Amino acid sequence: MPDDLVFFLIQVLNGVQYGLLLFLVASGLTLVFGIMGVINLAHGSFYMMGAYIAFSLTALTGNLWIAILLGVPLAALVGFALETLLFRHLYCRDHLFQVLLTYGLILVLEELRSLAVGDDVHGIAVPKLLDFSIPLTGALSYPVYRLAMSLVCLAVATGMALLIQRTRLGMTIRAGASNREMVEVLGIDIGRIYRLVFAGGVALAAFAGMIAAPAASVYPGMGNEILIISFVVVVIGGIGSIKGAFLGSLLIGLASTFGQVYAPESAGMAVYLVMAAVLLWRPTGLFGRIS
Amino acid sequence: MAEALLRVEELTKRFGGLVAVNGVSLEVAAGEIHAVIGPNGAGKTTLINLLSGDLVPSAGRVTFEGWEITGLAPDRVARLGIGRSYQRVNIFPELSAFENCRLAAQARIRGVTRLWRDARAALALNEAARSALARVGLEAGDDRQARALSHGEQRQLEIAMTLAIEPKLLLLDEPLAGMGSEESARMVTLIAALAENHGVLLVEHDMDAVFSVAHRLTVMLNGRILESGTPDAIRASAVVQEAYLGSGVEA
Amino acid sequence: MSRGAAQGAFVVLALAALTLFPLLADAYQLQLGAKIMIWAIFAMSLDLLVGVTGLTSLGHAAFFGIGAYALLVLSPEYAPANFWLALLVAVAAAALAALIIGLLVLRTSGVYFIMVTLAFSQMLFYAAVGSKALGGSDGASIYVRPSPDLWGWAPFNLANRVHFYYVVLGALALTYMLLHRLARSLFGHVLVGIRVNAHRMEALGYPVFRYKLAAFVLAGALAGMAGLLDAAQFGNVTPELLGWRQSAQALLMVILGGMGSLSGPMLGALVLTVLQELLGDLTRHWPLPLGLVIIVASLTLPRGLSGLWARGEAPPRG
Repeated sequence: MPDDLVFFLIQVLNGVQYGLLLFLVASGLTLVFGIMGVINLAHGSFYMMGAYIAFSLTALTGNLWIAILLGVPLAALVGFALETLLFRHLYCRDHLFQVLLTYGLILVLEELRSLAVGDDVHGIAVPKLLDFSIPLTGALSYPVYRLAMSLVCLAVATGMALLIQRTRLGMTIRAGASNREMVEVLGIDIGRIYRLVFAGGVALAAFAGMIAAPAASVYPGMGNEILIISFVVVVIGGIGSIKGAFLGSLLIGLASTFGQVYAPESAGMAVYLVMAAVLLWRPTGLFGRIS
Repeated sequence: MAEALLRVEELTKRFGGLVAVNGVSLEVAAGEIHAVIGPNGAGKTTLINLLSGDLVPSAGRVTFEGWEITGLAPDRVARLGIGRSYQRVNIFPELSAFENCRLAAQARIRGVTRLWRDARAALALNEAARSALARVGLEAGDDRQARALSHGEQRQLEIAMTLAIEPKLLLLDEPLAGMGSEESARMVTLIAALAENHGVLLVEHDMDAVFSVAHRLTVMLNGRILESGTPDAIRASAVVQEAYLGSGVEA
Repeated sequence: MSRGAAQGAFVVLALAALTLFPLLADAYQLQLGAKIMIWAIFAMSLDLLVGVTGLTSLGHAAFFGIGAYALLVLSPEYAPANFWLALLVAVAAAALAALIIGLLVLRTSGVYFIMVTLAFSQMLFYAAVGSKALGGSDGASIYVRPSPDLWGWAPFNLANRVHFYYVVLGALALTYMLLHRLARSLFGHVLVGIRVNAHRMEALGYPVFRYKLAAFVLAGALAGMAGLLDAAQFGNVTPELLGWRQSAQALLMVILGGMGSLSGPMLGALVLTVLQELLGDLTRHWPLPLGLVIIVASLTLPRGLSGLWARGEAPPRG
């Protein structure tokens, strides 16, 4: 195969991988937004939190797998705690107050991290099992870890889809999204559902941060960066739509990757151009509904 | 017979496979109260939405005073002189009843530059608001917050706002819904009086009210017009009786 | 004393205090005071959109940044730009940008509107980052402050901190008077109506889009003026002035201070800036207590800080 084509394919793989990672983060955001009606600016901080937890636990245990195994439940616990202490007070409030409170939360989480582990940039070694590349042509090869990331994200995405479409819990979540009062009247504890969804979203974002860390390094600003992009994805896909978040993530992942490679000066703009274009065509996103 | 104020020709609205309004044609003349009745789901509210500009027709024509208004946006329709009241009260809850009407009355002032005036000095607006409130039976200087009004009073306010823009044609969507008998009676008297200066298209379920004020009736069923004519003709129509007025309603 | 008279007295007192402040303040405090007032102008302009018209924009910094970059573009390297010309260009450029962006974004609403406004400001941000002429990601510096030279006579010297303070105070007073007048005008009432029930406004015959656009352009113009003043203060013009954090900071001031009132955003600008300064002196980790204060404030102050004494007057929003 000619080198140019292989190079192009590598970018496609990179774009898809980034998109799938974005999906893990954006799906939590869109669920919380779509089901509980809460805009959570601190969602990017959970991603950052996951990466730093992975770093700390890997340094402690010497093993990324164990770190992830311990870290994800830890993140979920943090999610439960935050929902119980703070977020449940936001459900009936105006979006602007949610923006205010969650912005305050970003500040708190960032500084807590700073106090706990400092502000240094860290790297995590790719686990030995996956630390090799598949050669594609004489000069180009593709790191297996990235393929593994994509597969894991895909697996999680499939799991989510099955959970939402095929299980009773998923059905309850979908029902709660379209009609909260009705679900309550049916005797289902909507509060418990909300807590689960929120904790799930936190865990997903943290997990994404954990698996991304070996490939992308661990640094203080990583939360804010992915926050903005995740919001873009959610809005493109349509608020509350997992399908939309999936498509939006892939679209943005590819746009961003190709932008950086083929038009680096305007790479940053690419994402926003895509969003503006989608919204001007479909003002409520690809699969959004006017609530 | 007066020249038609509103002429509707073969108006149709499809939502995917569902045809909510199917080839409806009717006319409303100035000084006339034309009531549209029919069971729930007959397409009456959709019809009003099509006429007010809230929905765009799939087919058909609407002309007002000879001008074609098919598919125009709601604000343009309103500026041309068609006022619409809503089935579900659509007011400004945070503002006082008086402010609601004054805001409505202000809509008649055209031109952004002319608005750079102190609102309180606009006496004419205040007068218009007061008279609109009085006409519907509310207190002329009603300072109460709109959301604090009783349901019946909110419905009155709803009508007052529609009157305040001084339309030539009124589209009234179930103005009596949820009203007690005394309030209903007052509203019916008001609607009857409106015919003096306006054309009225009235959608209502209250048959007594409808038969007492309407000059013409149109019966809708499943999106189509079943029959159209004077109240007596409709009362006598066997088709209508079977399909709609049927059981229990004193005709 | 009637409520109106009390408010009037308060305004006079505040104005007096602000006018006398330079007599008591040291150089640092003077600069801080000017900075707070510039943020106050920016926040008030955003409140016209958020609190009055109900349009929550997360891209308002676009117009602020345009104002700042306008001064950069007009300033020759070692000579002063003309202040009046720069002001005119900054306001006009910001207004034009607001017109174009407004025409595009005002078709959307709610959260989507928030995001599209963000998108456009981010696009401008990246355009600035990618522009070598504008200094790229590091931005550029204006070495000589603009001069208000009018046919040989300069009424003030912006390099003088006291003069600069009073110029900004003048701009703040003008902005306040403009928005105060607007709030009481028929135009202002239309904007409030749009916020409360835009659908009914349309049904009454108001061309809602045009009104929203007018508000958007006016807000953008005021933000442009604030950006120009900001650039004139220290001469630093960077892409961050166009970025979402700048927009978010202004939004925070509006929400924290209290939306829909003129005093709210000013209060928000004052409190947030002062808090940051005070906490910054106390600890390296100042965002932590700041974040906690913000969280507590959002939970306990439904109408922001200005809601504390507005109790019993206007009804709660939403």
